[in-house]
Amino acid sequence: MSLDALLFQAVNGLASASGLFLVAAGLSIIFGVTRIVNMAHGSFYMLGLYLAVTLAPKIGTWIGGPFGFWAGILAAALVVAALGALIEMTLLRRLYGAPELYQLLATFALLLVINDAALFLWGPEDILGPRAPGLSGSVMLLGRRLPEYDIFLALIGPAVLIGLHLLLARTRFGRLIRAATQDREMVAALGINEALLFTMVFALGAGIAGLGGALQMAREPASLTLDLSVLGDAFVVVVVGGMGSIRGAYLAAVLVAEAKALCTALGVVDIFGFTFNMSRLTLVAEFLVMALVLIVRPHGLFGRPQPPAARGGPAEPPLRPFSAPARLLALAAVALFAAMPLIGTLVSYAPVLALDMLVAALFAASLHFIMGPGGMASFGHAAYFGLGAYGTAYAVTALSLPTPLAFATGIGVAAFGAVLFGWFCVRLEGVYFAMLTLAFAQIVWSVAFQWEEVTGGSNGLFDVWPEWPFDSRTGLYLAAFVVTLAGLLLLRRLVFAPFGMALRAARDSRLRAEASGIPVARVRWLAFALAGAVCGAAGGLFAFAKGSISPEAISVGRSIDGLVMVLIGGVQSLIGPVVGAGAFTLLQDSVMRETDYWRALLGLIILAVVLLFPFGIAGGLSRGLRRPGGAR
Amino acid sequence: MSTSADTPMLEIDGLEAWYGEAKILFGLSLAVAPGEAVALVGRNGAGKSTTMKAVMGLVRRRARRLALHGKDMAGLPTYAVARLGIGYVPEDRRIFTDLTVGENLDLGSRAVRPGDGGLIGPDWPREALFALFPNLAALQDRLGGQMSGGEQQMLAVARALVGRPALLLLDEPSEGVAPIIVEQMIGALAALKASGLSLLISEQNTALCSAVCDRAYVIEQGEVRWQGSMDALDSAVEPTRIFG
Repeated sequence: MSLDALLFQAVNGLASASGLFLVAAGLSIIFGVTRIVNMAHGSFYMLGLYLAVTLAPKIGTWIGGPFGFWAGILAAALVVAALGALIEMTLLRRLYGAPELYQLLATFALLLVINDAALFLWGPEDILGPRAPGLSGSVMLLGRRLPEYDIFLALIGPAVLIGLHLLLARTRFGRLIRAATQDREMVAALGINEALLFTMVFALGAGIAGLGGALQMAREPASLTLDLSVLGDAFVVVVVGGMGSIRGAYLAAVLVAEAKALCTALGVVDIFGFTFNMSRLTLVAEFLVMALVLIVRPHGLFGRPQPPAARGGPAEPPLRPFSAPARLLALAAVALFAAMPLIGTLVSYAPVLALDMLVAALFAASLHFIMGPGGMASFGHAAYFGLGAYGTAYAVTALSLPTPLAFATGIGVAAFGAVLFGWFCVRLEGVYFAMLTLAFAQIVWSVAFQWEEVTGGSNGLFDVWPEWPFDSRTGLYLAAFVVTLAGLLLLRRLVFAPFGMALRAARDSRLRAEASGIPVARVRWLAFALAGAVCGAAGGLFAFAKGSISPEAISVGRSIDGLVMVLIGGVQSLIGPVVGAGAFTLLQDSVMRETDYWRALLGLIILAVVLLFPFGIAGGLSRGLRRPGGAR
Repeated sequence: MSTSADTPMLEIDGLEAWYGEAKILFGLSLAVAPGEAVALVGRNGAGKSTTMKAVMGLVRRRARRLALHGKDMAGLPTYAVARLGIGYVPEDRRIFTDLTVGENLDLGSRAVRPGDGGLIGPDWPREALFALFPNLAALQDRLGGQMSGGEQQMLAVARALVGRPALLLLDEPSEGVAPIIVEQMIGALAALKASGLSLLISEQNTALCSAVCDRAYVIEQGEVRWQGSMDALDSAVEPTRIFG
């Protein structure tokens, strides 16, 4: 690799870093003041790009093409800012008192709704924007052509960084943002209308993200996958840079983007006789940067230690073993599922649906294990589902292992992934945990998407069929039934074991648990790994049930499905995730297949649940309709 | 203001307040006359701080009447209460540690706005503030987080004053502060009272109370148990009920 190729990629990296920084900076400012991690922030970026692509030619016909391009970018950013203000006033304002998990879910629901709205407005095809007038050429540097627009973008990042710094340091609005980041109540007690401040901050953050997207117009097409990919990247940047630090966000964006650019520049390299295509490993590079920084600085480059997470909502009630009637009911359900092959002779579709339910139940129960007793709401549980599924599928297709061994391989791969990622995740709490788990899941998804030799790329792996005696529908179903039952019983047993008690103690008070001699980090790590292993079993079953696995099946959407299942059933109840998984699977099977806009539908369902029961369905029912949290 | 002189500056009747699920105040009633300094005394946990937070709307509250100089504020959000003309000096000072002293003062500057219908108290230009708290003059560019407890306490009072309130709520202004600073604080509070400001002070320091306050309310378990002049307090109430 030559020096000029490196330079070329370095400028390219800086250009990417600018876009990433704008999203991360907006995310960071909004979080600082409102304490909400806006899952829909990538959607603002995506909308900015779509709007710019649409508005620029329109405005161009009125005021002349060259101005249209720039006016389009500005208009797109302003529209997104206005949309942000609207969303803050209608939705987020109702969520400030709600538990973090609900805030995350509600803004994720918003992401789903916005994505389908974009699908409705602009259609599924990517849309290319016009080139930048005046900057469409390139500059010769060291014999290499550098696109002018990339240089321009590379300069935008530092310009916005300086602009934001001046805004925060020199203006009253900036002082208010800094003060509110520390103590919102005191700001209000000084006569400042914090509701208005929150709206303005949200509009600012959304506008910056929209600007970041709009500026990409001359560089990449508008696409419906941008929201999630940008969100994942922005989370990595924010975690690496340190939540709440603007300059940290810029530095982290540069680090991440340059690491990726370096991989692209290296291209195909030979190391010890193995040929690596480094340009395919950009996401691994991102992961390595994050890992390195977090090992050295657990709170990110410029981050501060997190204050103990404020737990919204009531304290968790103690878990109780089944009452006698509940036990009978559970036994009846087990008997019903055991008899499903017989029912299948009457209703042939029943065992198929039941198998889906079993997989969902195991998946949801494993998520619930770290979420309920563990208090760690993972937004990336699909990663371990995917690792289990791909591990199993690879063992079957490429290694031709016997079915039980392939299944065990899948569980092993998932457990390994959970041990590796868990080491980083369990050190964080609350929204940081949620962001990091989501970022890891996004990385797993991208690796599945990019590593064609092993994962089959976007097509995935086929012909993952089990051998005798699992090759019949009944054989596979009964095996899945036994595995699921064993998994559920194991998790249940663990919750009531001393280990489970230690886990619950760590959830209720990290400090008190540590003072009682509980190694909190290790307990959480083990719980995370166990949940990952059980989740991997669910993934393995899924691969066998479908006969294939593709990246689509392990996307962030699956992580969210799991969260919704757990929430429908109730986080406080052990049987909840199983019931929730059943209900969700039925709902998905009946309603969501009927529409092209099922994501929006799911989003609206989530929003309805969150707004009607801001303290959880179980908590909401017991509290009646009393106002949440009073004036606080 | 057109309201007559005998309208109380602060009128609280039947105030109830909650921290989450826990009820702290059970129908508390008190009043502060214009220009009066009133002490709120009682043990730790009696509900003194909660009374102030309830007035400011920082905790869930309900009252038969909650009014500033005749203006009802029972349903108002915190910022609107402040704009009516109330300055709040919270218990733990709550200085913005990442902002300089000057910036902290600036943030307080627009609590009461002309034309808002609020009650505008005496004006405190910077020179007057620094005459009141000489230590602050030299510290204007210092970060709030780098000040001593006493300096932070002075800044908290000064920050409330720049908003030109007519009533000042002071929650334990002598707590965790060196004795010499308490002396200065007593002097400053006396000057505030002389300027016409009404004061409601929650305090455990008897010296400060008797030096500044005209009347006192004793609070126990979220209710007023005794009220009377500052002089009568010593003889009428056993010290353990206040300071136990």
